[in-house]
Amino acid sequence: MIPKRTFVEKLAVRIPYAWLLVFFLVPFLIVLRISLSQPALAQPPYAPLFNLLAGWHGITAFFGALSLDNYVLIGSDPLYLLSFVKSVEIAAFSTLFLLIIGYPIAYGITRTQHRIQAVLMTLVMLPFWTAFLIRIYAWMNILQHDGPLNQLLMALHIVNTPPVWLATDTAVYIGIVYSYLPFMVLPLYATLEKLDESLLEAAADLGCPRSKIFWEVTLPLSAPGVLAGALLCFIPAVGEFVIPDLLGGSRAPMIGQTIWTEFFGNKDWPAAAAVAVALIGLLVTPIVIFQHQTMRAVERG
Amino acid sequence: MPTVRSKRSFAPWADSTERPLLRIEDVSKRFGGSAAVDKLSLDIYQGEFFALLGPSGCGKTTLLRLIAGFEQPDSGRILLDGVDLAAVPPYRRPVNMMFQNYALFPHLNVEANVAFGLKQEGLAKAEIAHRVADMLAMVKLESFGRRKPHELSGGQRQRVALARALVKRPRVLLLDEPLAALDKKLRDQTRFELMDLQRKLGLTFVVVTHDQSEAMIVADRIGVMDHGWLRQVARPADIYEQPNSRWVADFVGDVNLFEGVVGEDGLSVEGTPAGTLRVAAKIDAKPGATVWLAVRPEKMRVASEAPQSPPENCAAGTIVDIGYLGELTIYKLRLADGAIVTAAVANTGRAAGPPIDWDERAWMSFAPEAAIVLTI
Repeated sequence: MIPKRTFVEKLAVRIPYAWLLVFFLVPFLIVLRISLSQPALAQPPYAPLFNLLAGWHGITAFFGALSLDNYVLIGSDPLYLLSFVKSVEIAAFSTLFLLIIGYPIAYGITRTQHRIQAVLMTLVMLPFWTAFLIRIYAWMNILQHDGPLNQLLMALHIVNTPPVWLATDTAVYIGIVYSYLPFMVLPLYATLEKLDESLLEAAADLGCPRSKIFWEVTLPLSAPGVLAGALLCFIPAVGEFVIPDLLGGSRAPMIGQTIWTEFFGNKDWPAAAAVAVALIGLLVTPIVIFQHQTMRAVERG
Repeated sequence: MPTVRSKRSFAPWADSTERPLLRIEDVSKRFGGSAAVDKLSLDIYQGEFFALLGPSGCGKTTLLRLIAGFEQPDSGRILLDGVDLAAVPPYRRPVNMMFQNYALFPHLNVEANVAFGLKQEGLAKAEIAHRVADMLAMVKLESFGRRKPHELSGGQRQRVALARALVKRPRVLLLDEPLAALDKKLRDQTRFELMDLQRKLGLTFVVVTHDQSEAMIVADRIGVMDHGWLRQVARPADIYEQPNSRWVADFVGDVNLFEGVVGEDGLSVEGTPAGTLRVAAKIDAKPGATVWLAVRPEKMRVASEAPQSPPENCAAGTIVDIGYLGELTIYKLRLADGAIVTAAVANTGRAAGPPIDWDERAWMSFAPEAAIVLTI
């Protein structure tokens, strides 16, 4: 028989739900409601407003004035679709680069002595001790025309004319990969660290050469870490605003920049809200469902 | 098809013309400051079931890992069929290991686990499927091929691990504490299955265990290991009946030890806690040398009255402990000088209670033939 939960236990279970309700669902509903409104030269800059004083008539008028116009707009103007594709492209390649760089780092750390592992993991986390924005400004400095990177490349005679870094996709990739690396290394390290050494020995014992053991045993068994790291990087990278804004060009903005422009540049809150909702609906929701399914599968097997 | 051999006549180690399958020559392996394996030499023969028995930390698992190739010896050689294995990496050695924790691949099902080793050999798909099916049938897991390791019981996982190693048809199968993770009933049953399998396949098994009854039952020979070297290598019955040292006598089974000096006639030991004790054969030590007589508890007799004749190898004491085990009763007798002697008496009749009670005076005795003379 399951014993009845005490008040405190019930509370403990409900706090996360309450948190999600207050800080995720309510703001989302507000954004959703704005996305169904029309821009207006007013404060706040959209209509209709909810007028309780008008009674029942006010409520029906409010709902009657809501429309899907903004979604039609972002569906018909290729600007939005392009920036969506651009965001997915940048986030996907960034995630790939992060995996290629982060996996060997995480794997290498697990191969060292236990005491050194703690030191190395601290080093991976160390950049967090300085403000994110300062680090991105530092990259602007490094990547500028006469910055340290170009000076180094010139000094080593790798290039003869200094290449342009800033305002390119390359700079955005550098910024994202640099900033998100700890988020990739951490879950990978957690998975690889748990990997049973005797499984690798068993594979070798059964005739599997070293190089093949990685592909046949290590990599499949670290799949949950790869998935967790990839999602942890991909989802925020899609909506990234600061890095493309400071390091990237303005020709093909990422979705975060598009939202920012609509919101602050065009003062079109409803269109900005519609883009945000569309982003959640098209990208985040399928990923969350997929992750949920995968995690359940991992738990079962 | 290898013929089923008789256990008793199997003794290639006694035949000087026989070449060992696996030869371990003066092998040492140190970890940090201490030697896990210390100048150890051992020959193991084709078709033998060899047990490495020793307390934990004696180096037996290290020796197994040296044979498998997971560790490299600091000195000495390991030869298989006369070929030095030093340059052969683990994945090329015709030796397979069954790991203590089984080390089954959690992401692969039973079939894929068993097929893993064959795939590395690059065999044809049909051949692999055929051999995997045969092996699963042999370990009675035909209907479990699609299951993942975590969906199996401990005993089933053990069989998968065994099948996965055996399907490679290794020259030598190494088993690291193969039954340690099973519960007692299953362990007893699996021991015999392991023996049957080994005889049926005619393979060479080297098993590491700390469980002496396991080693006794399964092995053709036992190597008793302590601090990185082999104290004795012999058949199970010889280890038990003719241990070569007090350490082995004490480690394998229970034993009563009587310390004394060899008498003038060479047939008696004087000055033991039980007085002068007689032995059946002439002692291979000078009169006056210190020796120990080892007597197994089941070879001890206990009586509530002094035996009439012969009066030799007999001492009086007080019963301080009685342990009733069902098939046996264990008596602990304190002799005059405080030494404790243990006797195990078979309960052949259906007595209402023990014939001797606590704190009563009793006599222990043993036949001169029952004593083992130990000089170290």
